[in-house]
Amino acid sequence: MWWRSASFILDRQQEQNTSFPPNPESLLLSSPPPSMADSLQNPKPDISAYYQTRAAHHAVVTSDWLAQAQAAVSLQTNDDVSPGSDGRVATTGGGTGGDNKTFSVIDEFNSWRKQPDLAEAVAAIRALAAVIRASQATTMMELEIELKKASDSLKAWDTTSISLTAGCDLFMRYVTRTSALEYEDFKSARYRLIERAEKFGEISCKARRIIAMLSQDFIFDGCTILVHGFSRVVLEVLKTAAQNKKHFRVFCTEGRPDRTGLRLSNELAKLDVPVKLLIDSAVAYTMDEVDMVLVGADGVVESGGIINMMGTYQIALVSHSMNKPVYVAAESYKFARLYPLDQKDMGPALRTIDFGVPIPSKVEVEKSARDYTPPQYLTLLFTDLGVLTPSVVSDELIQLYL
Amino acid sequence: MDPRRTARTVSDPKVRQVGFFTPAPPERSISDPPRFQDPIQPPSPSPTQVNDHSPSGNSLSPVIIPPAHHHSDNFLRTAIQATSPTKAFSYSAKTVTILPENEDVASSFSPGRKVVSAKSPSSFPGVKASSVPASELTTVSVVNLPPGISEKAGGASVEVQNDRPVSAKTLKEKTSKAERRALQEAQRAAKAAAKAEGTKASSAASKVVTSANTKPSKAAKPSSQKNDGSQVATSEKKGGDRAPEKDRKKDAPHPRMQYDDKSRVEKAKKRAVVKQTEARNRVELFRHLPQYEHGTQLPDLETKFFELDPMHPAVYKVGLQYLSGDIRGGNARCIAMFQAFKEAIKDYSTPPEKTLIRDLTARISSYVSFLIECRPLSISMGNAIKFLKNRIAKLPLALSESEAKSTLMLDIDRFINEKIILSEKVIVKHAVTKIRDGDVLLTYGASSVVEMILLHAHELGKHFRVVVVDSRPKLEGQLLLRRLVRKGLSCTYTHVNAVSCIMQDVTRVFLGASSVLSNGTVYSRVGTACVAMVAHAFRVPVLVCCEAYKFHERVQLDSICFNELGNPDAISKVQGREEINYLDGLVNQENLQLLNLIYDATPSDYVSMVITDYGMIPPTSVPVIVREYRRDHLWS
Repeated sequence: MWWRSASFILDRQQEQNTSFPPNPESLLLSSPPPSMADSLQNPKPDISAYYQTRAAHHAVVTSDWLAQAQAAVSLQTNDDVSPGSDGRVATTGGGTGGDNKTFSVIDEFNSWRKQPDLAEAVAAIRALAAVIRASQATTMMELEIELKKASDSLKAWDTTSISLTAGCDLFMRYVTRTSALEYEDFKSARYRLIERAEKFGEISCKARRIIAMLSQDFIFDGCTILVHGFSRVVLEVLKTAAQNKKHFRVFCTEGRPDRTGLRLSNELAKLDVPVKLLIDSAVAYTMDEVDMVLVGADGVVESGGIINMMGTYQIALVSHSMNKPVYVAAESYKFARLYPLDQKDMGPALRTIDFGVPIPSKVEVEKSARDYTPPQYLTLLFTDLGVLTPSVVSDELIQLYL
Repeated sequence: MDPRRTARTVSDPKVRQVGFFTPAPPERSISDPPRFQDPIQPPSPSPTQVNDHSPSGNSLSPVIIPPAHHHSDNFLRTAIQATSPTKAFSYSAKTVTILPENEDVASSFSPGRKVVSAKSPSSFPGVKASSVPASELTTVSVVNLPPGISEKAGGASVEVQNDRPVSAKTLKEKTSKAERRALQEAQRAAKAAAKAEGTKASSAASKVVTSANTKPSKAAKPSSQKNDGSQVATSEKKGGDRAPEKDRKKDAPHPRMQYDDKSRVEKAKKRAVVKQTEARNRVELFRHLPQYEHGTQLPDLETKFFELDPMHPAVYKVGLQYLSGDIRGGNARCIAMFQAFKEAIKDYSTPPEKTLIRDLTARISSYVSFLIECRPLSISMGNAIKFLKNRIAKLPLALSESEAKSTLMLDIDRFINEKIILSEKVIVKHAVTKIRDGDVLLTYGASSVVEMILLHAHELGKHFRVVVVDSRPKLEGQLLLRRLVRKGLSCTYTHVNAVSCIMQDVTRVFLGASSVLSNGTVYSRVGTACVAMVAHAFRVPVLVCCEAYKFHERVQLDSICFNELGNPDAISKVQGREEINYLDGLVNQENLQLLNLIYDATPSDYVSMVITDYGMIPPTSVPVIVREYRRDHLWS
């Protein structure tokens, strides 16, 4: 994971040496790099912020991600020193600085986001916790408004990311819906809020581990798992299974156009897991051999369906018609109060696609980066709340939100 | 479970011939008439017993549930829309679950009922003459079973009842003991009734009061249905226990009374303010439902107004409006009822030596039973009444009468505001997000919420088209259409017959609901299930808009167990077209049964989303809402 550290990339850029070659399509994106940390607007309207973030996290190195990293590094150096380790010290340091005027959630968020293993939503949660800490509000109402503003600006920063929005919402719910508000003393109430925020951050951080533990019962010796896209949860699950000395085989789809499957197969090969790469269109061809499908999710919606990388829906359809179970590994902060009725019923997350040859201007290209898989095609969801059937998602959401 | 499954060799359950599902495979019923009763066999271990028991025990059951299919082959053949074997199988599995209970009820009901109905002319004359003179004739006509029909077994409508004579015969042979017992019971009941008739001086008003005072109808409880069944079962088994059992029985009419249970019907009739004449020929599957003929009793009721002194005029008015059909639609009926109750509470004063809490509850119960007599309660009204009674029961004792009354009136206002008016607004807000430019929205019947959604989306400047699907006999869609067209929406109007043609263009289906039950089943105007299924087949999302106060924790798998019967004349005649008189003179024929159902149940598989005041939820989450919010909002 070390190559995803921002400092590393910066170093590499200077050396012009790419041990992990950046994708050709990402090189196509060389537009003048805007400073992401300053603008709330998405600088590239034709590529969704969602996709940019995803690209960054999955080491699809784009130039503007570099710009972001650069800006963040120059802004806060202390994060560079300890990426991925105990981050709380860093934020407390930043928070107690107390310069409220210059404090920006987005900066905070970006600095957290650089940690390689930290999911976007968790970064947002951490950033919001920092907001509470840095806040100089004197009343509960003030603090709540401040928090609301911060979460709104975070959400506005990337409207297409489901987990970011969901994470912010859940945080607001979890933190503000507490008995803290009944405390007479503002100080103790604030303290309680911080405590809760920390706790929420902790829970979110541990989610992936919990999911990996929970899902071990479903991976049996000799099974073949089809994986689509690159999901850190799925990787964690497979890693844990490999560590538990389970013998299984993984089929990775290629994951055009961002080649996420290549990356996952790379990771798995390091763990000595037998991997086979498939092109995306070979799913139905190989489904006979597959025992289960395991995918991650960008968002889990109210119906219990998932929104995930393009292609998940068709894999789910194929496996449903062949009676293979489809398992989804997703953290609970990805549960969103959305209810798409069909594929077009959600804001598209656009991306650019490189076809290798120039495409005539008359030809239209479907650029959406993700699709919606309805709940009837999913078997189970592995979440940190437990192993759930799709219909329980709504149950959990109702309890969380109402 | 298993013996039942193996015993079932022949398919095509009887439900499917009357209900909305499928036609029976013809070759079976023609080639093999005696085996035709197989589908409704009771759980019996051996095939010989099956032959003995099945006709008597089960074919008469008021609630016939399609039995389990061991193999989905048969089902597949009959099901119209079964798209995949797994789906078909899961459906049949679902139907299995309720079987034991129902068969229990059915088998305990049927012998008694059968006997009573066969013998009633001889055993009941006194009672009938005194208490229910209006219905005597009609009852008898129901009772006389057409003897020749079983041999014919030709037409579709005949098939429905062609097992009855057979079963009656076997019943006489087999269960003559039970028969005698039932006869005794009936005679005893008749005597008791006659006595009561004499002592009570037959004033309807006093009867209402006593009925209300003895036991407030706690009837809306979901479990009471089951209790009824078991109660009846035990009482019919042991004749000696009957009398004390009867005394303990609640007097207020059960909102979901089984109307094929003779003794109960008799009792209810004695109390009834509204004299309902019975429908001429009951449809076999729906005998357990209240069989009403509306319209004729209106003047009768009007003359009775001064006799009913405990009835508040506002309640009386609302009752009459229900009866005449002037107020309809779940929300409208509920609001009207609550406004009337508010008036009644305003004018209420506690009689001396009584406490407000108990007396007012009893008073409300008597109003409710009056309203039930006018028209069976809707589920939403049941919930609202539960709320009100709960509020009354929770009143602090220290409150003075005026304070208590004003609290209650405030509660009623709050309920109307929060649970109905505000939640409609919230639903509209949610639903509008699902309407995009260029959409073609289909709606069925006239739902107030759907109308608000369409109008609001139009106000927001969205460009969409509306297809209003309507059906005979109520043609409610025309009212909706009128209002929509006035506001400038572009509409298409069609009848439900054409729904499969129009569905190709439709992008969303918006439906209203009378209730959503805990298994996600949508209970709504008859025809809704048909529209939802067609939409599902065309892969059009179906959005059901329903306020959360209409949710009910009951589970219902078909539209037979609980339903409401409308006026059969409405379907036999076409209003304003006198020349369509093909059924004139046939209506009183014994082999013609007219069925005008009011509601049907849509399985949750066909519903993509339920839009409610708590947001947009999948139909599987209805029990969550019921569980989480019923307690806080309604009950406390």
